[in-house]
Amino acid sequence: MTDERRDEKREVADTSGDDAFLVVDDLTVRFPTEDGLLTAVSGLSYEVRMGETLGIVGESGSGKSVSSLAVLGLHDAKSSRISGSIRVGGTEVIGLSESRMRKLRGNAVSMIFQDALAALHPFYKIGGQLAEAYQVHHPNATKRDARRKAIEMLDRVGIPQPDRRVDDFPHQFSGGMRQRAMIAMGLINDPSLLIADEPTTALDVTVQAQILDLLQDLQREFNSAVIIITHDLGVIAEMADDVLVMYAGRAVEYGPCKEILTHPEMPYTWGLLSSVPEVGADTDARLIPIPGNPPSLLSPPPGCSFHPRCAHMDKVPGNLCSTELPELTPGSRGSGHLKRCHLADPDRVFEAEVLPEIAPELVEEN
Amino acid sequence: MFAYIVKRALAGVLVLVLVSMAIFLLFWYGPNSPAQPICDQQTSNRCSPARLKIYEERLGYNNPVYVEYGKFIKGIFVGRDIQVGSTPRHCEAPCLGISSRTDNFVSDEMIERLPATLSVAFGGAFFYLLFGVPIGVAAARRRGTVADKALVSSFLTLSSVPYYLFALMLWLYLTVIFEIPIFSHTGYHKLTENPWNWFTGMFLAWMALGIFGCTQYTRYTRGAMVEALNEDYIRTAKAKGLASRAVVYRHGLRAALVPVVTIFGIDFATLLAGTIITERIFDIQGIGWWGLEAVRARDLSVVAATTLFGAVMLIVANLIVDMLYSVLDPRVRLS
Repeated sequence: MTDERRDEKREVADTSGDDAFLVVDDLTVRFPTEDGLLTAVSGLSYEVRMGETLGIVGESGSGKSVSSLAVLGLHDAKSSRISGSIRVGGTEVIGLSESRMRKLRGNAVSMIFQDALAALHPFYKIGGQLAEAYQVHHPNATKRDARRKAIEMLDRVGIPQPDRRVDDFPHQFSGGMRQRAMIAMGLINDPSLLIADEPTTALDVTVQAQILDLLQDLQREFNSAVIIITHDLGVIAEMADDVLVMYAGRAVEYGPCKEILTHPEMPYTWGLLSSVPEVGADTDARLIPIPGNPPSLLSPPPGCSFHPRCAHMDKVPGNLCSTELPELTPGSRGSGHLKRCHLADPDRVFEAEVLPEIAPELVEEN
Repeated sequence: MFAYIVKRALAGVLVLVLVSMAIFLLFWYGPNSPAQPICDQQTSNRCSPARLKIYEERLGYNNPVYVEYGKFIKGIFVGRDIQVGSTPRHCEAPCLGISSRTDNFVSDEMIERLPATLSVAFGGAFFYLLFGVPIGVAAARRRGTVADKALVSSFLTLSSVPYYLFALMLWLYLTVIFEIPIFSHTGYHKLTENPWNWFTGMFLAWMALGIFGCTQYTRYTRGAMVEALNEDYIRTAKAKGLASRAVVYRHGLRAALVPVVTIFGIDFATLLAGTIITERIFDIQGIGWWGLEAVRARDLSVVAATTLFGAVMLIVANLIVDMLYSVLDPRVRLS
């Protein structure tokens, strides 16, 4: 690494100081379509510190990936309208010139995509694709250096015989190895922020656990900030320090992981918890799905966007749920736990109605 | 790989056998005697039934079709003697027979015609790609914009004009009406004798093929490119921080070329097999023109030779395209 480049990176890291490395504030992403303006993300705010992991959960189309792609500036300027603020290590990313944005991508911020088979180029060797990622941000590195770095990274993510497998094509790798290679590519420039978009969705369960362990080890080693996007609460429980639950483009619950998983205050989060299958459960036990479908992002329902599917609407007086959008405010459990719900006493409802269904043994203990 | 090529070559030979049989059967069982045009020509249109019979005997049409077909095949492998008038002539293997119209060996005539056709084919194909691929890439990058829509619709309009009309108008305006010097003396001149004359003689034919063909290649390239640019690996390439030029060309075009190469292989073979309209309009004495003359004169040997030549070109092109496929796409393994 040249001195100049090192300075550049330090500048990014230094300005963060004790503050969060990534600060997303009131982010709104809209796409003009033939049927009207589609609001994919609306008023989203969150922060991630160095060494911490934020888990973003939600259904397909809830805006998880769209918001993360905005962090990398990967939305086409012509086909999207983005407002709000995204600060990466103190640098405002929205409105940043394409050439400066390119310096961040894959360098200070990198992204791991789901389905590594599709996300890796089928016609280029794994090693070449890794080396390319290295060389973009190290223009003075020789091909040899880049190849050595690629082999080193493949070794680091646990690919056996990396000096030979470096010349394989993606289709010659197994699913787990491809995802490892993807992670190696994401980490090749020591990014301060790593965004993992459903990194384990396409993998079988035993491999999933290996990949999650690997991500955790690497995070400890690099002390990077990590965002993990998933719809799997198991992954969240395993990995995340903070959790952001998204629904229809909005944050509906946000707080420390343990807090959210043990004392969720928003009926949508309850629904997510209820629909997780339990390994030890009776095979006759039914999963409890959330009824209905996610709302249209073109014409979202008035009021709380979850109200058409919410089983607890009747506990809120005066049809408030279908007329007024609740604010994302601290609930009864302190300022760290934000929720977007009109329910006055969600903890009581959760313990009385939801907990007995999803975890009867916990209720009995109490 | 080797076994694959052998298998494909055998299949190709089978195709050639079927094609050649079809030609002979058409000559023998067609509505008119194949000797009629030659008889007409050599008797100044006073071809009596008796004379026709003499011509038929001389050309072998009185024999059963399988006997003559056998002679033809034997000539290809070991050569044969052919009776022309009263003198027998020895035709060395591979013997494609003697033209009944000119009394020359068919293989000699073919060798004479080949350079003109090769010139048309290589030049035309070069301009197909030179115009088509970059315009297609540019359109794909600007997909949905006014420029893209204007380009797509104007190329669609152009490609719906019949080719012969397009080529004829090009020739008429550039050569006859405006007399633009570089276009004004079309025709084939030997490259080895005068490269400049060769170039200017062929240039208009290349432009006609190139402009007309590029409308298709723009469409293919644009389509393949639009598809490639929507792939996940393009997003990965962008996320690496690559410049958009590298994303589009190194990652996008590399993937988009595979289907384009496939179509190109077949189109190029068609050009090699002879371009009748191009050769006629731009006065190029190539394989296509030769074949056309032979059909009009019912010149069996030449018709068989040009048809088989076209078939060989297509078979070889298909094989090369399939082999190229496995080079371009590492996921494809030949078996």
